[in-house]
Amino acid sequence: MDMRTPLNRVRGYGSTKDGAGHWWAQRVTGVALIPLTIWFVVSVLSLVGADHAAFTAWAGSYGRAVLMVLFIVSLFYHAQLGLQVVIEDYVHRESVKVVSLMAVKFVIYLCAAACLLAVLKFAFGN
Amino acid sequence: MESRQRPLSPHLQIYRPQITSVLSILHRLTGVALAAGAVLLTYWLSCAVYGPDSFARAQAVMGSWIGKTVLLGLTFSLYYHLANGIRHLAWDAGWGFELPTLRATGWLVVGASLVLTLATWVYAYRLAGVF
Repeated sequence: MDMRTPLNRVRGYGSTKDGAGHWWAQRVTGVALIPLTIWFVVSVLSLVGADHAAFTAWAGSYGRAVLMVLFIVSLFYHAQLGLQVVIEDYVHRESVKVVSLMAVKFVIYLCAAACLLAVLKFAFGN
Repeated sequence: MESRQRPLSPHLQIYRPQITSVLSILHRLTGVALAAGAVLLTYWLSCAVYGPDSFARAQAVMGSWIGKTVLLGLTFSLYYHLANGIRHLAWDAGWGFELPTLRATGWLVVGASLVLTLATWVYAYRLAGVF
């Protein structure tokens, strides 16, 4: 005889583990990316065909560095959340799914770290 | 226990593509493309760190015809994902679920993405002094 309550039996089986947190983080980063992306596109257009000196001057601005840091953090966090959902939807073999989810996280955070340090390097003036 | 041959619901290819379903999958595709674009941004910024020669090479890669094609695709992906993302936020707020509204906002998103992509490239070429 099973002495557990029906609630206890189904706990942990449902889809809702940290879905609400994921959903909310996706909205917050998405909303943040609306102005940040528009700013980034407009700003980066001035660097079409620019040389290294022009880039250094562009990236040396404190205000730009602040916006770039915010843009990079929101962008990579949002990308990670989105790619996670795609993998969870289409990869059904548990082992492949876990490895892909981890691999995507590693690549995303590697890229984010590389971008942030590049921005900071130019912001602090080499 | 023997598994019974149960009838399956029709799969994706049986349905006629509609603006709602096509735009939905396009949102996901452009999202994945933009994630790849974020890796390209990492390449570009890293090259700047490695110095003038490395940055000049990255700029040449971006300016090559293949680089421009990728950037054009990314520009469209960005505006589409941005515009359709705003459409998603409206749905989150409970607005715009009626079918005529869904279709109208869908076409608005497609139109806005195309116009903004074109405007961005014209502006970029003007800044570069092409015309």
